[in-house]
Amino acid sequence: MTVLEERPDQASSDQEGPWYRRYSELGVSLLLFVVGLLVIVDTTLESGSGGNSDPLGPHAVAFVVGGALVLLAVLLTVDVLRGGHGEAEAGEDIDLSTPPDLRTVGMLAGILVATAVLIPLLGWPIAGTVLFWGATYSLGSRTVVRDLVIAAGVSLVTWVLFDALLGVDLPGGPLMGLFG
Amino acid sequence: MIDSLAHLMDGFGAALTPGNLLFAALGVLLGTAIGVLPGIGPAMAVALLLPVTYAFDPTGAFIMFAGIYFGAMFGGSTTSILLNTPGESAAVVAAIEGNPMAKSGRAAQALATAAIGHFVGGFLGVCGLVLLAPLVASVAVDIGAPDYFAIMVLAFVAVTSVLGSSRIRGFASLALGLTIGLVGLDPISGQPRLTFGVPQLADGIDVVIVAVGLFAVGEALWVAAHLRRTQQEVIPVGRPWLSKADLKRTWKPWLRGPFIGFPFGSIPAGGAEIPTFLSYVTERRLSKHKDEFGTGAIEGVAGPESAASASSAGTMSTMLTLGLPTTAIAAVMLAAFQQFGIQPGPLLFQSEPDLVWTLIASLFIGLVLLLVLNLPLAPVWATLLRIPRPYLYAGILFFACVGAYAVSGQPVDILVLLVIGAIGFLMRRFGLPVLPAILGVILGPDAELQLRRSLQIADGDVSTLFSTPLAIGVYTVIALLLLFPLIRRALPTRPAAARPGSDEATTKDDELG
Repeated sequence: MTVLEERPDQASSDQEGPWYRRYSELGVSLLLFVVGLLVIVDTTLESGSGGNSDPLGPHAVAFVVGGALVLLAVLLTVDVLRGGHGEAEAGEDIDLSTPPDLRTVGMLAGILVATAVLIPLLGWPIAGTVLFWGATYSLGSRTVVRDLVIAAGVSLVTWVLFDALLGVDLPGGPLMGLFG
Repeated sequence: MIDSLAHLMDGFGAALTPGNLLFAALGVLLGTAIGVLPGIGPAMAVALLLPVTYAFDPTGAFIMFAGIYFGAMFGGSTTSILLNTPGESAAVVAAIEGNPMAKSGRAAQALATAAIGHFVGGFLGVCGLVLLAPLVASVAVDIGAPDYFAIMVLAFVAVTSVLGSSRIRGFASLALGLTIGLVGLDPISGQPRLTFGVPQLADGIDVVIVAVGLFAVGEALWVAAHLRRTQQEVIPVGRPWLSKADLKRTWKPWLRGPFIGFPFGSIPAGGAEIPTFLSYVTERRLSKHKDEFGTGAIEGVAGPESAASASSAGTMSTMLTLGLPTTAIAAVMLAAFQQFGIQPGPLLFQSEPDLVWTLIASLFIGLVLLLVLNLPLAPVWATLLRIPRPYLYAGILFFACVGAYAVSGQPVDILVLLVIGAIGFLMRRFGLPVLPAILGVILGPDAELQLRRSLQIADGDVSTLFSTPLAIGVYTVIALLLLFPLIRRALPTRPAAARPGSDEATTKDDELG
């Protein structure tokens, strides 16, 4: 969960602003360092090393990966402090000239969490409708009724398609219980 | 050789059932539709469509995947030509000449050139696969665990050093992927690693969730943060066709492309990115219409598109014969194979010849369907570009959740998906390439297994890793790749290589024209 907590302080345009914005990439170094440390600690706490049948044992590779993460965290920090920086990814629908809209990203993340909670309670058709509609709303669509109809349609069709036709088990929930 | 042909005929026999043809057609249509959608590249297309195939038998599923693969590659080029904003690296070159063509009213010709280029390139590429794959597989059967380990390390290093501008960021991405791959019970000793006592983590994090999280959720969140508020202009297209004059200019580039595309696709050097660029430079050099380059030269679409498609075939042949994915989409397909309990590699040609040859035959069928369906449907695909973005990205998140949930029916997987998606977001924000991470997740556990197996066989003697000529050769290549920046610095500086778009006046006339 460390990853999610990184988010607030990496809002930035890169070249200007206070130092913590300019060097927001150091958050990545921190992430690498923390994950690396986690891997190393987890590895050293577990008992059991190599034996005759398995000379390397289950922890050697993990230890190397953890060490590499810490090393890369250091290297990346040096690179960032020297002025290097990773290029943000461009794409068809991406406008990098605007500052990142973290409110939308946060809302989408919240909707995914809500979906995870709602699936066992209300089943796929309803949870999926909430997910689809919530996402369209977060992304700026304001044609609420039309969006709801589309969301419910997509969700229901997907449920029928996967659950009934493709045999992928998606819970129908109480609503679909009515139909049998 | 004769053997291969006989097998291939059997493969056609198995693939040409009405059911399988339907799967192939469905795959091509779904792949193209999803590939055309802005923001969705081929890798995400396959990742999102994984759950659809759970209900099928492996043969049907892979026939569909073959269709999706070629369809999505072609779909990406369509977007590139009509919008001038390529969603993935393989389609970058298509935009350089394709978009100016479309702007000057020749969108239909550009799309036809791309479609036929994909067909020709794919066809020759798959022919290459038929000729070479059994050969490679029969040689590869004898290579041992130390060789495998070396080749996998090569894949890691090559993908990380060839792609992207920063190696530190590439290796950081790889290390994160390897870490995700470590989570779960160690397959040899059964010891838990990085599970933190959470029972759901004991089985590891499913590759499908990682792929969907990194590609679909990460991309959707990243786009959401920077959503373009103004709709881009979509160039209208009619039914694609080519005049005789166009054909005269395109047939040679179509035929040349595969010879550049196939070899580069089969080595871990970033898939179609380098060969499409090389093909572009080649065509510009050989063209009689050099002055048109940059303003819509048809050769600049024909060659690279054919090379891109052939590189997919090269990628497939490495994946089938060595079990080694060289592109993100192959990595996701490898995950799909594993989902069905099938391990691609040299043994696959012996243990599942029916499956392999049916798959190869269905590649041919997929290509024919691609041509037959996509030429007339081009105007329909173009309308997909107008889909309102909130629906598009809501749909991506929706199907990402369906895919993650379908893996094991646990709502907690959607939370894991979100965490992986957040990592994908950060990677896009800070310029960490995604491919090394996904490769680390998928190949990491295999590489560790090969390493430990080598040492098991040699009783812990580390020198076993360098005991074969193949392994030594591979490590030499790795060393060269790693040292390349140092070597380049030592060399006298030369003017920067020709880039597309820059007006490099070439004085030499073409020899082949």
